[in-house]
Amino acid sequence: MTHSALFLAVFLACAVEAVEALTIFLAAGTAGNWRSATVGMGGAVAVLGAVVAVLGPAVSAIPLRGLRLVVGALLLIFGLQWLRKAMLRASGYQALHDEAQIFERAVVAARGVSHERRAFVTDWYAFTLSFKGVLLEGLEVVFIALTFGSNAGNIGLASIAAVAAVLVVAATGFAVRAPLARVPENSMKFVVGIMLTGFGLFWGAEGAGAQWPGGDAALPVVVVAVAAVAFTGVAALKRSHAAMPEPARAFVAGRR
Amino acid sequence: MSARLRAFARFWYDFVVGDDWRVAVGVAIALLVTYGVSRTSIAAWWILPVAVIVLLTLSVRRAVRSKSCP
Repeated sequence: MTHSALFLAVFLACAVEAVEALTIFLAAGTAGNWRSATVGMGGAVAVLGAVVAVLGPAVSAIPLRGLRLVVGALLLIFGLQWLRKAMLRASGYQALHDEAQIFERAVVAARGVSHERRAFVTDWYAFTLSFKGVLLEGLEVVFIALTFGSNAGNIGLASIAAVAAVLVVAATGFAVRAPLARVPENSMKFVVGIMLTGFGLFWGAEGAGAQWPGGDAALPVVVVAVAAVAFTGVAALKRSHAAMPEPARAFVAGRR
Repeated sequence: MSARLRAFARFWYDFVVGDDWRVAVGVAIALLVTYGVSRTSIAAWWILPVAVIVLLTLSVRRAVRSKSCP
């Protein structure tokens, strides 16, 4: 895999997760106490650092073929689910992911609960909301960076891409102090779904003992083929969605 | 304690398997078949791409049906 493809795949995937983590952090701070939300985020980052410190060397010690099999399987499972959701969104069968709307919902939910003080934390709800949100999204960032990096034999570059994505999103969020609703998140998720599925397919098959025609040169062909299948599927779904009466279209888009 | 363990297991199930377990099972079966065929003289690289097309089609179809049925 070329360095630029590795960087792009990890950067895009991690940026999507970072945007979602930022929305949760902003909701926790806006509806509650900023200091508690920031402490929650810091706690989550510390836990993620510990996870990287433990998992990083462990992942590096696994033989490459076994690693490719396990990571390929996981990436395929993740990628196919991302791709399914992206196809449903692109064709109108599912409402588009809207950070502004998610932010509003989280703020309303946070304002409806009590914000009690516990131990050293002024606002326990804001702390836990921020901690859990950043930890969950951060685990995906760690997983993507470690698996892509270890399989490509370049954990350093994958880590730089992940950190760069988080820093860019954090800096933009700090500058605008609002959820990043203008980020083309739905398109990014579509691209990430294609990449996760493509890389998972390539590494999974290799890990299971198959040999690709052309060796590593088959990887970009696999990614393009996955994209072609996904776009063909979206075109078919759009046709069937357009054939539905308007009330039915609004109904299916509104269902989660 | 058992509630916490259940919540922990639930988190990892959701994280790894997601909302369509059939995709995870299908991927596992496709990898096993790929491994089995790779031990023979027959090329095995095509099995996973075919499985991905089938799994994605079925998963999308299930999602569309579940959304379309009141």
